[in-house]
Amino acid sequence: MGANHEHDPYEHLRDGEAGPLRVGIGGPVGSGKTALVAALCRTLGSDLSIGVVTNDIYTTEDADFLRRNAVLPDERIVAVQTGCCPHTAIREDITANLDAVADLCDRLPDLDVVLVESGGDNLTASFSRGLVDVQVFVVDVAGGDKVPRKGGPGVTGADLLVINKTDLAPLVGADLGVMSGDAHRVRSGRPVILSSLVVDPSAREVADWVTHELAHHRGEHAHEDQGVDA
Amino acid sequence: MSTTARATLLALADQRLPTGGHVHSGGVEQAITDGVVHDEATLCAFLRERLATGGLVAASLAAAAVQVSAAELAQLDAEADARTPSPSTRAASRAQGRGLLRLARGAWAAPASDIRWGDLGDRPHHAVVLGLAARAAGLGTHDAALVAAYLTMSSVSTAAQRLLGLDPIALAVATLGLSDVVEDVAATAAQAATGPLRSLPDDASTLVDLLVERHAQRTDRLFAS
Repeated sequence: MGANHEHDPYEHLRDGEAGPLRVGIGGPVGSGKTALVAALCRTLGSDLSIGVVTNDIYTTEDADFLRRNAVLPDERIVAVQTGCCPHTAIREDITANLDAVADLCDRLPDLDVVLVESGGDNLTASFSRGLVDVQVFVVDVAGGDKVPRKGGPGVTGADLLVINKTDLAPLVGADLGVMSGDAHRVRSGRPVILSSLVVDPSAREVADWVTHELAHHRGEHAHEDQGVDA
Repeated sequence: MSTTARATLLALADQRLPTGGHVHSGGVEQAITDGVVHDEATLCAFLRERLATGGLVAASLAAAAVQVSAAELAQLDAEADARTPSPSTRAASRAQGRGLLRLARGAWAAPASDIRWGDLGDRPHHAVVLGLAARAAGLGTHDAALVAAYLTMSSVSTAAQRLLGLDPIALAVATLGLSDVVEDVAATAAQAATGPLRSLPDDASTLVDLLVERHAQRTDRLFAS
């Protein structure tokens, strides 16, 4: 196969500019991914142009939740089907998601951030770097305080780990100190945020992280452009 | 066929090639819901029907694309539409064509000396891109037809295996038993592609078309088609 190294297969998404920051949001079933996406849309939506791609088991459940809660207008939310295999669609064969992101970018050229929410999966799920620029992995306290210690590519490798539903810790006997300590131990210095959307419905800390990553994303591309000019 | 082309043939037929095929069931998700397919035997009957109709059409289009001229590209696209009566199947074919085109652009500079990838538009039919990718790799009409026919079978059987939890070994054995059907479809398609585009096979399955259209109406589906 004669590789054509000069051609970037994602060129249509980048087109010489930074393009939107693509943020993957993954994590086990029920850990609170959709609620976090909704909170980020509410908190960031007034200042930033946001689009969401959902990867449900049954197509439109999460997209409908976002529409019902009116966090974003309909045209900013796209649901893709994952053929009974949610992590294939975000890692091994990202075509359906790439197409969804490209269609959003065509429709909304001013997009700042695209949140790509994975279907609820397990601890082995993670996003391809071809699909997202940064990824957040969401686990919840009720899933057991051993989860961070168990690791997996999401827990250890995601750019941000969110330990969610901390308000439930006393009810389920989870030790937040253990969870946080284990998480930091396996993540080589990458950030961990303890979050409760009951205590802070705006998910402020996570939203600030996204804003910071967006600035970094734009700075990186600005830097690259300078490099090209020089 | 050069040695490099043979390896490319295997890659094009590999379902793990990231072109989006895994989210399409070729109608079998609805066939399972409606009770048409429920075990290896009924799946094999469904696969034979798919191969003899949509499989033959896709294989013929792929074979035709291997030798299509730049001036005939628009007609080949129209012939593909005309042979795909179900709007949802046309959309599924174009979605997968878009995925394969993304990969092909990265792999080969152009499909032919007088055809650029951009000439195909954003959403060409999958079989057409497949034929042109085969051509770019130095493969022939029969090779392209064989890959198209094989993918018709393998994509549907993988979807059915996931949905029904069939024994993957028993299913692989059953589909290996269809190898002669795949070869026959490819040979017929390659032969048909020697004639004019308007005379390409136009076999269609009313059953499959109805299943795909019923499937598209659902909100509780796992596959895009």
